Amino acid sequence: MKLSRKWLTEFVDIGPVDDRTFAEAMTISGSKVEVTEDLGAEIANVVAGRIVKMERHPDSDHMWICQLDVGEAEPLQIVTGAWNIHEGDLVPVAKHKSTLPGGKKIEKGKLRGVLSNGMLCSLSELGLDERDFPYAAITAAALLNDYKPIDPEKPSIPADIQPGHKIFGSVVAAQVLECTPLGDGSYHTCMMVKDATVCPDIRCDNVHAGDFVAYNTKTDTICTLEDLRAEQKEFPHCIPDGIFVMREDCKPGDDIRPVVGLDDHVVEFEITPNRPDCLSVIGLAREVSATFDKPCLFHQPEVKGGAEGVLPELLDVETPDPDLCPRYTARMVRNVKIAPSPKWMRERLRANGVRPINNIVDITNYVMLEYGQPMHAFDYRYVKGGKIIVRRARAGEELTTLDGNVRKLTPDMLVIADDTRAVGLAGVMGGMNSEIVSDTVDVVFESANFDGACIRKTALALGMRTEASAKFEKGLDILNTLPAVDRACELVELLGAGEVVDGVIDILNYVPQPRTLPVEPDKINALLGINVSENVMYTTLQKLGFTTVKERGMIQVPSWRMDVEGMADLAEEVARFYGYNNIPDTLSSGLNPRRGWSPVQQAENAIGAFCRGLGYSEIITYSFISPGYYDKINLPADSPLRESVKILNPLGEDTSIMRATTLPSMLEILARNNHYRNKSVTLYELGRVYFAKNDGSGMADEPKILSMGAYGPDMDFYGIKGAVEAVLEGLRIENVRYEAESGNPSYHPGRCAKVYSGQRLLGVLGQIHPAVAANYDVDCPLYAAELPFDALFASMGGAPVYQPLPRFPAVTRDISLVCDAKTSVGALEDCIRRGAKGLLKTVSLFDVYTGPGIPEGKKSAAFSLELRADDRSLTAQEADEDVQGILALLKSELNAVLR
Amino acid sequence: MKEQLEAIRKGALESIGAAQDTAGLDALRVKYLGKKGELTAVLKQMGKLPAELRPVMGQLANDVRASLEKALEAHSAILSRKALEARLDAEALDVTIPGKKPPMGHKHPMYAVLDEMKEIFLNMGFEIMDGPEIEQADYNFTKLNAPENHPSRDWTDTFYLKEDSSILLRSQTSPMQIRAMEGFGVPIRMISAGRVYRKDEVDATHSPMFHQIEGLVVDKGITMADLKGTLNEVIREIYGRETVTRFRPHHFPFTEPSCEVDIQCYKCGGKGCPTCKGEGWIELLGAGMVHPNVLRNCGIDPDEYSGYAFGMGLERLALGRYKISDMRLIFENDMRFLEQF
Repeated sequence: MKLSRKWLTEFVDIGPVDDRTFAEAMTISGSKVEVTEDLGAEIANVVAGRIVKMERHPDSDHMWICQLDVGEAEPLQIVTGAWNIHEGDLVPVAKHKSTLPGGKKIEKGKLRGVLSNGMLCSLSELGLDERDFPYAAITAAALLNDYKPIDPEKPSIPADIQPGHKIFGSVVAAQVLECTPLGDGSYHTCMMVKDATVCPDIRCDNVHAGDFVAYNTKTDTICTLEDLRAEQKEFPHCIPDGIFVMREDCKPGDDIRPVVGLDDHVVEFEITPNRPDCLSVIGLAREVSATFDKPCLFHQPEVKGGAEGVLPELLDVETPDPDLCPRYTARMVRNVKIAPSPKWMRERLRANGVRPINNIVDITNYVMLEYGQPMHAFDYRYVKGGKIIVRRARAGEELTTLDGNVRKLTPDMLVIADDTRAVGLAGVMGGMNSEIVSDTVDVVFESANFDGACIRKTALALGMRTEASAKFEKGLDILNTLPAVDRACELVELLGAGEVVDGVIDILNYVPQPRTLPVEPDKINALLGINVSENVMYTTLQKLGFTTVKERGMIQVPSWRMDVEGMADLAEEVARFYGYNNIPDTLSSGLNPRRGWSPVQQAENAIGAFCRGLGYSEIITYSFISPGYYDKINLPADSPLRESVKILNPLGEDTSIMRATTLPSMLEILARNNHYRNKSVTLYELGRVYFAKNDGSGMADEPKILSMGAYGPDMDFYGIKGAVEAVLEGLRIENVRYEAESGNPSYHPGRCAKVYSGQRLLGVLGQIHPAVAANYDVDCPLYAAELPFDALFASMGGAPVYQPLPRFPAVTRDISLVCDAKTSVGALEDCIRRGAKGLLKTVSLFDVYTGPGIPEGKKSAAFSLELRADDRSLTAQEADEDVQGILALLKSELNAVLR
Repeated sequence: MKEQLEAIRKGALESIGAAQDTAGLDALRVKYLGKKGELTAVLKQMGKLPAELRPVMGQLANDVRASLEKALEAHSAILSRKALEARLDAEALDVTIPGKKPPMGHKHPMYAVLDEMKEIFLNMGFEIMDGPEIEQADYNFTKLNAPENHPSRDWTDTFYLKEDSSILLRSQTSPMQIRAMEGFGVPIRMISAGRVYRKDEVDATHSPMFHQIEGLVVDKGITMADLKGTLNEVIREIYGRETVTRFRPHHFPFTEPSCEVDIQCYKCGGKGCPTCKGEGWIELLGAGMVHPNVLRNCGIDPDEYSGYAFGMGLERLALGRYKISDMRLIFENDMRFLEQF
């Protein structure tokens, strides 16, 4: 919501408060200021000036040398290329060392040898346009002396054309002898046409004595480019642009900013949805008044009325759906004269970000800004039968709204209709078929209160959130419709825009009861942690429009404050003006028996620390993925993982389902890093996957998965496996074993393992299937591990128990075995452990070999065995006996023999 | 004989002094002091001396032996020191060659900030709760006092999983307030952090998935002053003791009174700069006193208990903390980005 500080002054005068102080005070009291703008901040040293003399530049075919009265002793000389000015015109003058919007700086200089002490300004150079000053629109005549033929060989108009020469039809050349502005945008001229002289009044702004024009003898007018069907480049200087010739009440030397309304300061507020009353100048004025403790003066609209006709005979209103239209108020204006609205109104509209259109439309917008009550004006002649029916739209009904779009309506939407058809979409936008146009004579002003939810749904369904609908959907003060429509009629009379018919149509389907609340100072102080007297609380509330009632200890909530429902709301009002920042800082005491990290959180923290200790860095990936990602990781079509939780209104396909596996997320990040040419990458994420509960609740199980991923020159299967081993060891998980897994479609069938702790599956790890990697455009091996957190947590060992350090030395025996190439090291190791007779403490593989010296189909595996007794030094013989037992079992079970 | 002994002493001391290495020194020891050494040879002639000279000569011989042994020892020490110096010199390394660094992983910057926050609250006696991301509209909106037609319920704003709008991806961590009150009753002091989802297209400051941290305290006699005191303490822990804060009124359906908390711009100190968009303040979080309706919805009597709640976006905190210019970096997980934290 934008607020013009000039407009604000009409209701509350807070004196000279600079923008920053104003913004800070309003923000602190609850009306957050987004930005403040000094409309004329960029304009300096620009004044009004009157052209006292104009001469053509001796060395230019298009420039003028002007002498200007700028309120100084000597006239100021300025050279300009614009053609729409005349002696006597009042224009904006940017003097030497002036500045203009956009950071433009003006300094004196010479133009083709002639001194120019500044610049004359156009509307756009002042940051304005024709909507701000409709009278400043420029019409250009086609000046024959500016003619530049497209083909120099074949000019349409001969260079030596003389007055009276025919151009085409009734159009002849004429030389201007005299051209005098009449002050209303028209000019008195005298022109020579061969022997005769003609003296038409023209509306073209670029004509001067000495110019040659195309004169239409039949219509007694001079031709524009359009009349000659000429292109702009044929008349390069005859353009509908030029200097802003002002018709304002000012004198030479006056600062231009107040003259054009750029002396205002605009404050833009962020209004929270609970305060629709602040979406108005009056609402904000109340807040300003309370914030600065200055009186607020509101104005009671007065309508003279007296136009011909009796309102109930002219207009009949029905509201068959009273729940959607709690109140409908309307008045009528006759003999409307559509015209631009006055400057003060245009300035206020513009300052509040609304484009001026014409007096009637501007009045509705003005009232909407001032009162916060959306208004609509429609042309009475298109209200068939003089009847307005506020009803639900019929199924299939269509309406072309003011923006030109055809809207397909449904019975959930409310329309304003006449006997036969819809003429407006209630609370959203009017219909094209009843638009105010230049020949509108009778106007109906509608000021209604519609159901917020209905308006919101309509605007949403049709994708057309308007200023009006945004206000209605928040819920408006039902008591505001009448003052607003009266204000509109008052403005009509003030502007002389028409005659108001006596009386008001006012259908009240819902009579609001004023809300009274108890003021409970003790409770309020207890909630806020302050100590404010009852008196101060009442004063604060009264400043905001709350009123005392007979009953002691009660207060009445104003109709526009529907958000105030109870003690906590009153406390907020008190706190706002006490100042949130004046409330002391205290720390609530009280111990929490559940404070601190929970065991699950401790395990999560530990896992992260282990991963980082192993060189793996943490990532965060989206929880939603594309269903296509399951194809990318080779998931079979019938995989239950594909039954993912679906988002019904996703942003796009890529983020449309909740992931049932973290693998695609990890692979995407690995692939992205590979694409960025990051050489060596090791990553982890403890992220959730989502499975529908299927218990009818619609909720999901959301277990966390430890996902690890890696690639790089130093990475291989044993690299990722080692990292998993280390994490498991860190979590003190015991009885860990790995089984080859060839059935996981995302992994290399020969380089994938399932990891167990006892019978509990902890997860899967390995090299990503090359075909899957290729789906991610990666041609180097990728490695990953997926370990559900719940399984890890359930398998975690308890706090360690100290084992006494060995007191007796160990004996080491290295054995090198030859066995079938398919026999796994895991099987050999398992056999070794079982073959030992209690002395074996550790087994560690130190070599696997195939090649010369080993028969085809065989391999050699070498282990280092450490044997030790806890109570004595072993003899070599004891150790050898144990080893023999091991070798015997290896031979019998796996046919593995000493090399 | 005396001359012989003196000659040996002189020659030996010269030789010892000139010895270049331990081996040479050992050879000299044998040459002079060994069983067949020169001194021994002279001593063997002792018997030929007249008896009265023997003690004198014996004394001299011992003297010579002692001086040679001392010289040998002294020179040996010099030689081994030199040898050590030479070895150390030979072993000198280029210490500017990079070390063999064990790999080190990095915590994601956002979780680094989150962990910091968690520690602060844990130290203030809070507990940390975790809850579902797939949530009931009831918890995400209704029980939080959000009106039936609140715009945030729109399908254009929130992701839905059921046609009747009853199940959604939580759009805030605030449903954890309800879950905490329903699950544990009063008193309660908790924070809850996690992923939340809103229908925002990805750009430099938006992401359809982001993170929030939520806090809730409900007990007898909890005041807005407690809310201020706690949040000011936390903010000063994170941004430094000198940080200036500003509490200003705002609106949330589930708190009343509500506020937003700003900190004075750390870049310009409040004068106004591009970082704070000229306002001098940077918005940090939303908070307020738990709305009586919310307490009632959770079966807690608002006349007996009061509480405060707060919530803030973590991405913004991390972005501000580490001067990260673009939120997309958070979810891109480029190693070159992650390694910086």
